[in-house]
Amino acid sequence: MRVLAWVYLALAYGFVFLPVAVLVAFSFQDGRLPVPPFQGVTLEWYAKVLGDRALVAALVNSAVVAVVSSVVALIFGFLAAHALARVRLPGSVLMRGVLIAPMTVSYLIIALGLLAVFNQTGVRLSLWTAGVGHVVINLPLCFAITYAAMGDHQKNAERAARDLGAPEWKVLLLVSAPMLAAPLAAAFFLSVTFSWDEFIIAFLLTRFDVTLPVEIWSMLKSGLSPATNAVGSLVFLVSVTLVVVLEVFVFRRVK
Amino acid sequence: MTAGVSIRSVTQRYGSALALDHVDLEIAAGEFVVLLGPSGCGKTTLLNIIGGFAEPSSGSVLIGGRDMRGVAAKDRPTTTVFQDYALFPHMTLAENVGFGLRMRGVGREAREATADAMLSLVGLAGRGGRRPHELSGGQRQRVALARALAVEPDVLLLDEPLGALDLKLRRAMQDELKAIQRRVGTTFVHVTHDQEEAMAIADRIVVMNGGRIEDQGPPREVYLRPKSLFSAGFMGEVNRISVKGGVSRLGMLPVPDGCLCIRPEAISERGLLRLGPCRVVETTFFGTHLRAMVEPVAAPGFTLKVHLPQGAAPAVGAVLDLGAEDHVVLQEA
Repeated sequence: MRVLAWVYLALAYGFVFLPVAVLVAFSFQDGRLPVPPFQGVTLEWYAKVLGDRALVAALVNSAVVAVVSSVVALIFGFLAAHALARVRLPGSVLMRGVLIAPMTVSYLIIALGLLAVFNQTGVRLSLWTAGVGHVVINLPLCFAITYAAMGDHQKNAERAARDLGAPEWKVLLLVSAPMLAAPLAAAFFLSVTFSWDEFIIAFLLTRFDVTLPVEIWSMLKSGLSPATNAVGSLVFLVSVTLVVVLEVFVFRRVK
Repeated sequence: MTAGVSIRSVTQRYGSALALDHVDLEIAAGEFVVLLGPSGCGKTTLLNIIGGFAEPSSGSVLIGGRDMRGVAAKDRPTTTVFQDYALFPHMTLAENVGFGLRMRGVGREAREATADAMLSLVGLAGRGGRRPHELSGGQRQRVALARALAVEPDVLLLDEPLGALDLKLRRAMQDELKAIQRRVGTTFVHVTHDQEEAMAIADRIVVMNGGRIEDQGPPREVYLRPKSLFSAGFMGEVNRISVKGGVSRLGMLPVPDGCLCIRPEAISERGLLRLGPCRVVETTFFGTHLRAMVEPVAAPGFTLKVHLPQGAAPAVGAVLDLGAEDHVVLQEA
């Protein structure tokens, strides 16, 4: 039975990670096509990718969109969570529901909706519009994580801060937010990861400047190449790094 | 530095429930007042209204003669020590204590100097660099006290500050609280449901029940000369005997009509108000005294609680001739 369990574990991990492993392995392919047989190791494709202006620009765009949209989503999510956790408002259950609802809507629908709105209002597509799309998908996430983390413990500390003369914005900045540092960091890093990987919204809502997933997609259109694998590996590396940072510096500390 | 508080006809309604019912209370500058009562009596509501965390439904609060209507907690000359300490866990002790000064725009150096001085005042000198989670409950409460006093409030509000501490530590902190209040001279308004704590620290005890003030006065007066049956019972054990026309179930008693209240320790063989012969039913040794349950011979089935000297050792069944050395007669509510 133990053997069976180990086999199952190996299969499960294999199923999840084999595609990634193959992708990474063939990014080092010393040949024109990222398909077996493996013809030896070279860093040529990485050099090519990092020397490609368009790709590097897309990489920077992705990073900027991810960080800026996550900061915005985090601020709005935190403020909404704080208000709904602290103030008794009529219809607060409904408001909470509406805030979380975008999580259940497919990215495609969100992108189409935003596209229609931007067309109607004459807003030109750019990295900004893609960023708006990413705020829409990440705000519910940031809201849900921070809302779940708010407890009476913070409430009393906030009360004490007010009692000692802190105006409301200082209560939020100096007491509420630092006390929620771990969940806020978790929400931020998750948002960055989601934005970094996101394709459909970025594809539909950008035009001339594009994010990395969109650039990779246009590379794929011109056929398979180990260069695409190299870019994919870099994207994967960034995502994994974020998750590890999150695990080590945030979740570990909470326990 | 210190100011009096006037509470004028303050009423607080929560829906149909009446938390405070036309409460009037004058607190002098520098006084140590304890609001005492069972949970739900309105004492914490009153404290919240003084601190600006709740607006009364009607009535007014004046601090140092200034009407506090519409003044938010952050702008009041009051600070609060909370039961659960409510320290800022992400700040050092010095930052916690200096927080109020920081909000008042005091520079870093002056803040740190004050924080050091305040931490010394509460017996935590030199620990300013620590964080709250490194401290015990008693130490945290000291930090909360230092933090509240650092801004030199006119009135310090204490919301069951010792409630979370174990008994021994609570008794030790009481003495310290009293000493600190003497030293700083600030008006202290302290809420508790522990009547021993109230007696240990208060200049004046205000006994509350059902949203009203039942009784108030120095500890000795509230204990020995309570003005209501509730107050008499809440301050400690009491034997109650109804008297009408000089007649009671114990026989003739030369007292006015009403409820005769006698503390167990006021009953002895020498007492002047004679209660007649009583049979000892049960005795328990309490260290400081011997607690006996006795049954008056004239009233079978009725028991009196009596505290005899620790050296006394009456046998169960023995008959003692008892009298009250002190008593009050109160009217039934």
